[in-house]
Amino acid sequence: MTEPPEIPGSVSGLVPGKVSGKALLLLGCPEAPAQQAIALYIAHQLRTHGSDLLITGNPSVLNLLRVSDPAKHYIGPMMVLEKCIEEIVEKRRTVDLCIVCAHNDAAIAYAATMRHLLPVSRLVVIIFGKDPGPLAAAIDFPCEKIVEKAVHNPMQLKAKVNEVFGWVASRT
Amino acid sequence: MGCIENLKYEMLLPLGASFKECREYVEKNFAEVWYVDPGYKLFDEYIIGLPPIALGLDGGKIVFPYTKPCHGTYLLRIEDDDEAARVRRTARKKK
Repeated sequence: MTEPPEIPGSVSGLVPGKVSGKALLLLGCPEAPAQQAIALYIAHQLRTHGSDLLITGNPSVLNLLRVSDPAKHYIGPMMVLEKCIEEIVEKRRTVDLCIVCAHNDAAIAYAATMRHLLPVSRLVVIIFGKDPGPLAAAIDFPCEKIVEKAVHNPMQLKAKVNEVFGWVASRT
Repeated sequence: MGCIENLKYEMLLPLGASFKECREYVEKNFAEVWYVDPGYKLFDEYIIGLPPIALGLDGGKIVFPYTKPCHGTYLLRIEDDDEAARVRRTARKKK
């Protein structure tokens, strides 16, 4: 099997020494609608740029994605959170990039867990919701943070995600 | 909750407690405190949180944080002599 080609700004291009481009998108509680949009957008961008993406979250958040994208144009493989954590703990799964969407304290705990379990992976935590500042301040482990007040409208969040990953901003 | 839901548990802190509140509660209220890292298996579930994660022991009773994405962190107490003994064998004791 051949590796996907390197594309400037792609995830695999941003991780020195890592070319496999395995990515994990960990979703939090689906209560904030912006998460759904940004998850589909990130999935689309990562897969377009050649990453091997797995999406994980609780059954509700995964079902929201399945219903939103029935032909799987944007989403790819998905796995419930407990199973994914089990595979990572047991070293049956590793990733080059882990993105955690967080708008509550529980998601920060999951991000901290990923930091501990995946010490050499690039970890990007997207902190959003009504009041993301205190949540972002609670993070005292190494990671990249994207912080934006966003509950319903994902546009500013999308702009920051584009900036961090070097993706060309769409005008639509 | 998963398998833990089927066990007989007490909830020590209300829903939505933060993981830091859970750690502080355990350290303040239990004489015997042990620490584990995220991914430690307890009652067949992987513990989530910011390391080090504090567990309180009182005889055969174990007090531990249990995190779910939509609910935050619960601080639960479950009595199980075998699991308590395993924690004492495998976790790090507070000095």
